Amino acid sequence: MSKIKSAFENGKAFIPFITCGDPDLETTEKVVRAAAENGADLIELGIPFSDPTAEGPVIQGANMRALANGTTTDKIFDMVKNIRRDINIPMVFMTYANVVFSYGAERFISICNQIGIDGLILPDLPFEEKDEFLPICRKYDVDLISLIAPTSAGRIEMISREAEGFIYIVSSLGVTGTRSEISTDLETLVSMVRQNTDVPCAIGFGISTPEQAKKMAGIADGAIVGSAVVKIIEEYGRASAKHVGEFVKSMKQAIS
Amino acid sequence: MSNPKGRFGIHGGQYIPETLMNAIIELEQAYEHYKNDGEFNRELTQLLDEYAGRPSRLYYAEKMTKDLGGAKIYLKREDLNHTGSHKINNVLGQALLAKKMGKTRLIAETGAGQHGVATATAAALMNMECVIFMGKEDTERQALNVYRMKLLGADVVPVTTGTATLKDAVSEAMREWTKRIDDTHYCLGSVMGPHPFPTIVRDFQAVISRETKAQILEREGRLPDAVIACVGGGSNAIGSFYHFIPDESVKLIGCEAAGRGIDTFETAATVNTGKLGIFHGMKSYFCQDKYGQIAPVYSISAGLDYPGVGPEHANLHDIGRAEYVPVTDEEAVCAFEYLSKVEGIIPAIESAHAVAHAIKIAPTMDKDKIIVITVSGRGDKDCAQIARYRGVDIHE
Repeated sequence: MSKIKSAFENGKAFIPFITCGDPDLETTEKVVRAAAENGADLIELGIPFSDPTAEGPVIQGANMRALANGTTTDKIFDMVKNIRRDINIPMVFMTYANVVFSYGAERFISICNQIGIDGLILPDLPFEEKDEFLPICRKYDVDLISLIAPTSAGRIEMISREAEGFIYIVSSLGVTGTRSEISTDLETLVSMVRQNTDVPCAIGFGISTPEQAKKMAGIADGAIVGSAVVKIIEEYGRASAKHVGEFVKSMKQAIS
Repeated sequence: MSNPKGRFGIHGGQYIPETLMNAIIELEQAYEHYKNDGEFNRELTQLLDEYAGRPSRLYYAEKMTKDLGGAKIYLKREDLNHTGSHKINNVLGQALLAKKMGKTRLIAETGAGQHGVATATAAALMNMECVIFMGKEDTERQALNVYRMKLLGADVVPVTTGTATLKDAVSEAMREWTKRIDDTHYCLGSVMGPHPFPTIVRDFQAVISRETKAQILEREGRLPDAVIACVGGGSNAIGSFYHFIPDESVKLIGCEAAGRGIDTFETAATVNTGKLGIFHGMKSYFCQDKYGQIAPVYSISAGLDYPGVGPEHANLHDIGRAEYVPVTDEEAVCAFEYLSKVEGIIPAIESAHAVAHAIKIAPTMDKDKIIVITVSGRGDKDCAQIARYRGVDIHE
């Protein structure tokens, strides 16, 4: 059984996203610990990519800062090993197909298994192309996370039936970033997913406030927050662990 | 050439966000329908002939041939098309397709501005809204084209992310498409991106080789020995090659922008220096580092300044059917000046890369051999920049 499931056994799941290496990997490690200690149920670790086509300006900025200071996939693997000495909550990598492909998919995914990464989110790998990595993910027990978007009409059944770990419900059109309002009919979307699978659903894209998180977690099994976390790290830099911890605490309380 | 998932050998595919999948499937279905639709093809042919000025001329470059003293050189004059480049061939096709699909807005990326100008032109003609994404650095290199696009009624968005060049313009156009899909068609300008774009753009550009083949058979009674075209993403090259692919005797040569040389980091010669990767919706060759980070490429030519190459070219390279050669900035600039002086034709700096390679190989070939060079665009847009390259400051 996927370890990711355990993230959804403690009430509604709160899932923060953190870009590894922004502003440096020492800070990322502290931020991950602070998030875990303050109630994060699962952590999405972003491996920076030079051209993150699914990201809005906030996470693009984090990617550029991380790469500019020399963050690499290998250094991130080392950081995860350190974190795994005492942090047990599920963790997944969020990155782009080329980061995995160019490293050597089998090498990359087998290392995920060794260092305790439970899943992989690749926003540029739709259902039609998942065979690129799925057989290897299965071999090494790493869940390949499926995404469902507001524009997925006619595809929800197909995607949900083969989903594993959790399903990432994209709340809105466009790229990542905070939004004042989320207008998609997510209740209907989630209920269609649930007709086809027991895999938990978490909603992401555009969530930044406890009120939004509460609303989204009410509809699904969890809420994913990226840009709002990254903004805190952008603001407080090396001193951001405490602030991210407080933010995670407030979000987890709001959805509980 | 491509299977249902849009593969060319191992290359191609559809590596895009889930948000865009239905839009891409809708586009594929619409294209499959209209490509065989008589009315669609009549309308497109009429636009190409009467509006764009096709067929383009196949011109015998007699002075150049004599000067180089080897193979006979013909120029396929895509520079004479309306808007000044081959880009209009694809844009008229896609804009008409988008219109049939009920779309009212076109978005596009542009490097040198040729595709942006062509898209803005088609949007004006067909009463569609138009937004063009252009790297900020390119808006400065190609200020005249920015003005042309605005004159044609388009909004031009300078892209400041990444290296602020063509790849970032593509990324930003893709981001915009995920924001607004219902009324918007992404009019991709090259044979790249997710399936079905490499096939659609190839088919609309294949008019180049269809005409070339008929024209050379009429003039010479035989096929050429080599067809030479410049390659960024590769749309004019695939258009120039396509109908010659089955003719094994015709050498197909793509000229990549080597920038300051393929032994430097300041290059955009993807096939010569890149490796297999997945980016911008496709599997193909990309300039990248060992961790898969896309490299900041460089070329004097904004239109070839792209870190990838279309998947069909990647496959033609793999199977040895086409050859991809690097051409440096300096060689291209010399060819730009050469064609201007010898034939009175100012080629786009992109096309000058193809001319440069012809200048190298023509003298080594017998006089009964025939080379066709595709002059993909005209060079007016490049004059100020080439002048600067030569140390002359021109105020546009």
